[in-house]
Amino acid sequence: MAIDPARATALEIEPLTVTLERGRLAFFAKAIGQTDPIYSDIDAAKAAGHPDLPMPPTFVFSLELERPDPFTWLSALDVDLRRVLHGEQSFTYHSLMHAGDTVTLQPRIVDAFSKKGGALDFLIKVTEVRRGGELVAEARTTIVVQNPEVKA
Amino acid sequence: MKIGDELPPLAVDPISRTTLALFAGASGDHNPIHIDVDVARSAGLDDVFAHGMLSMAYLGRLLTDRFPQERIRSYRVRFAAITPVHAQPTCTGRVTAVDDGVATLELAVTLDDGTTTLTGDATVAIA
Repeated sequence: MAIDPARATALEIEPLTVTLERGRLAFFAKAIGQTDPIYSDIDAAKAAGHPDLPMPPTFVFSLELERPDPFTWLSALDVDLRRVLHGEQSFTYHSLMHAGDTVTLQPRIVDAFSKKGGALDFLIKVTEVRRGGELVAEARTTIVVQNPEVKA
Repeated sequence: MKIGDELPPLAVDPISRTTLALFAGASGDHNPIHIDVDVARSAGLDDVFAHGMLSMAYLGRLLTDRFPQERIRSYRVRFAAITPVHAQPTCTGRVTAVDDGVATLELAVTLDDGTTTLTGDATVAIA
């Protein structure tokens, strides 16, 4: 396989602290065609009992993309971004997040393995999201790297 | 809510290049493979294709249309096929288990040509 599992799981990824922006969440709602106004209209959100716009379920994934170069962890493993596929994504939720919240993300690569004689490499990354120490969500990402030069 | 119950399907508009450009900016996923046809061609593809997370976001709308978001405990998907530009996704969900006040839903996104692009599940507190 092109990716060394020991090197991948030993890779240290810096934690990232992000403050959720109301305008950004409203933009995300527009981009996904969201019609429920609680995700874009502060008055509707407050009328529904939210302190601010709620962060939608899949935006957890976007938090980690707030780094200046969010794919550094892949380039550190010599992965060509054009050969990357998103294989699986899961989230576990413990508490809602809202615009104005500041959260800290700590990603780590928990597993790396190869299939089809090295034609496909798999990287599993788990990210914990904490707000003031409280675990609010966890994200688990499976990245598939295609190595077309390897004939399975 | 009982086993076999289906959520009202959510049909979204066909995926346009504008949708992909907006989603790249809004989601923070600027990978050019989704927005720049030159880069897609350099990787041997005919065209750009949609972000998997866009389909997962649509499927998330299916859930939040039916349940207050704070009730969603977990949500996961497997990306089974890419979504080409102009494809029209439909999101579906069905209750497969109800246990101790928590419903498990089986989820899918299917294109107008019949391709299933995403399969997944979610657990939701219903009590």
